[in-house]
Amino acid sequence: MSQLRMPIESGVPDPFPVMHPLMKKNFGNWKYHDRPRPGVLHHVAHSGDQIWTVRAGTQRQMDVFTIRKLCDIADKYAEGYVRFTIRSNMEFMVSDEKKVKPLVDMLTKEGFPVGGTGPSVTMIAHTQGWLHCDIPGTDASGVVKALMDELHDEFINERMPNRVHMTTSCCQINCGGQGDIAINIQHTKPPKINHDLVANVCERPAVVARCPVAAIRPAMVNGRPSLEVDEKKCVCCGACYPPCPPMQINDPENSKLAIWVGGKHSNARSKPMFHKLVAADIPNNPPRWTEAAEVVKKILRTYQKDAKDWERVGDWIERIGWPRFFELTELPFTKFHIDNWRGARASLNASTHIRF
Amino acid sequence: MSKKEMHKTPNLDQLEGGPWPSFVTGIKRLAEQNDMARDLLGQLETSYQTRTGYWKGGTVGVRGYGGGIIPRFTELKDGNGKPKFPAAAEFHTLRVQPPAGMHYDTATLRKMCDIWEKHGSGLIAFHGQSGDIMFQGATSEKVQSAFDELNDMGYDLGGAGPAVRTGMSCVGAARCEHSCANEQKLHRSLVNNFMDEMHRPSLPYKFKFKVSGCPNDCMNSIHRSDFSVIGTWRDDIQVDQKEVQAFVKQKSRKYVVDNVVSRCPTNALSLNDDDTLAIDNRNCVRCMHCINVMTKALSPGKDKGVTVLIGGKRTLKIGDTMGTVIVPFMKMDTDEDYEKIQDLARRIVDFFADNALEHERTGEMIERIGLVNFLEGVGVEVDPNMISSPRQSSYVRMDTWAEEADKWNERKANAG
Repeated sequence: MSQLRMPIESGVPDPFPVMHPLMKKNFGNWKYHDRPRPGVLHHVAHSGDQIWTVRAGTQRQMDVFTIRKLCDIADKYAEGYVRFTIRSNMEFMVSDEKKVKPLVDMLTKEGFPVGGTGPSVTMIAHTQGWLHCDIPGTDASGVVKALMDELHDEFINERMPNRVHMTTSCCQINCGGQGDIAINIQHTKPPKINHDLVANVCERPAVVARCPVAAIRPAMVNGRPSLEVDEKKCVCCGACYPPCPPMQINDPENSKLAIWVGGKHSNARSKPMFHKLVAADIPNNPPRWTEAAEVVKKILRTYQKDAKDWERVGDWIERIGWPRFFELTELPFTKFHIDNWRGARASLNASTHIRF
Repeated sequence: MSKKEMHKTPNLDQLEGGPWPSFVTGIKRLAEQNDMARDLLGQLETSYQTRTGYWKGGTVGVRGYGGGIIPRFTELKDGNGKPKFPAAAEFHTLRVQPPAGMHYDTATLRKMCDIWEKHGSGLIAFHGQSGDIMFQGATSEKVQSAFDELNDMGYDLGGAGPAVRTGMSCVGAARCEHSCANEQKLHRSLVNNFMDEMHRPSLPYKFKFKVSGCPNDCMNSIHRSDFSVIGTWRDDIQVDQKEVQAFVKQKSRKYVVDNVVSRCPTNALSLNDDDTLAIDNRNCVRCMHCINVMTKALSPGKDKGVTVLIGGKRTLKIGDTMGTVIVPFMKMDTDEDYEKIQDLARRIVDFFADNALEHERTGEMIERIGLVNFLEGVGVEVDPNMISSPRQSSYVRMDTWAEEADKWNERKANAG
């Protein structure tokens, strides 16, 4: 069987053998594209070849039956070639416009929403959560499922000012990444330390070094080497928890959700931006996280109504200013919105530019 | 197959309704015939009730590799230390690198399903945030056999831990007219040159490559990678003035002024009286906006290449850092060009390995030592495209100014 078999270090597989033939043929030679309807892209090559792409949302964590069903659809209604977007949408490519409608209909009938193109709310980039992560403060697939149920109509339509990329993260490391709207765990209490375990489980100097605010120091507790946290300094970030699981940061009540807006990776118009804190202290409330969904929907509705075409959330807020953002969304502005991390002065208003 | 009853999952059941596809329904379907999926639901439902995670890491791997498997052992145990959900007590993930650009044919996906049904839980995520296919849920015993079959079909494990990680590249030249580079070739040339650093983790911390074919940066590479490669061009935007006029006619002058001309970040656009577009290409910063709006009329120029930005990462530990420009432009046409970027990546990873502190990312190291020390370490010369503005503080020793100015003048003279 597998005895003595050494790995073949083949690295990143070559995509050409599994690529749609028209994409291979016209590689590097595309001319333009348009979107005949939400969820469908139409690309035209300099050769005159045309390809239609139908984009469907998936649950990302897929069972083999779901994947086979998608493959059956790809074989019967498309041409057997698919790809995934960075946001876990599945794309089906076809060389004939006539195949688009039956494919869209079939995907829709089987429960895979077609959309996520252009100015829509596309699938939320997310992490693992309780399903598989070793340090999660919340679930990921569940939050995303609950939110995408709420935002389904915005996925299948293109009626936002510009595209909306959302992310969720189940700890403050923020593996979900930057987003126009990001829903992330925010811990509010220092770690609870199981001093009996620290000496055996944790490499103490490494844990001390991991703290971004130097709040952890070695200590003898109950006659055993352990670690203690200066709770006045602690920012409750949870950075100590991965290298030292006895420093439990997750708390069913005190690990909350925070919402950040205005992150953007594209260089279009403005330079790329990081998302900024707008709301916090939102309960981490499975199974449907309704409180978080309400805040997200409020922000989205305000953006939809007030932003101009092509403005991403961050572009929009840059134009209208943060005071107006808080006014329009009716979210409270607190002392916690004012940054005090390194470089924070750059985020203060050093001018008399004020909108009244 | 198991005839055992399903665990009660009142919380998870509420994630089965609604219009979005449900991962819970999928796992339930698996649970009808596999105990691991059944017990996974039991543990996950417990997490939903207690708002607590129950996995811990460990050491599980495949022969010859030090990384690529994410081990998960349950910590949800009864009073006697026995797992409450024993069939899911081991639930390891195989991180597997997808084809560059995440292309698949259905035969490949079906084969992956068959392998994972045989050796694992039957749950696969397309894809994780690092860009891996995540085959979720194998026992320690099955990890090797699952990997062997995937490896035999041409698939390799990705990175985990302090290692070069799985890279990502956009669809790019395969289907996008904005593409300014061969994204998949760059992705493969860069990552495949670091197989040792990927499979045998020995760096200070993770190191990620991401490749986007144009400044829209669909791979989020500026935010999310230590080594970001973004396609761009040096010459003029290609304009089809007839298509510009057609666009104006279709959308109206007001639309074009409001949504194209006035949105140019450097005021490099102007709408002529005959509804053609004037472009000040010397002041165009290649932001992509006008090209995104007028896909038929405008395209990137013909003198294509890439910009390289270094040091993007998320919060831990010093706060977020964006990737910043190290190479404003390099051509990507010949084998020598690819060797040049591979060589740059090698120098940067080696410098990172030698100089970063434990658990420090490249961006943090640069923040600590300063960009100039980094540039000198990796043998890259300074360039005004690397900054948004020159220094504002006079607190710097500059007694070698004349030498530095000579270097600049010499470079300029040599560039002709």
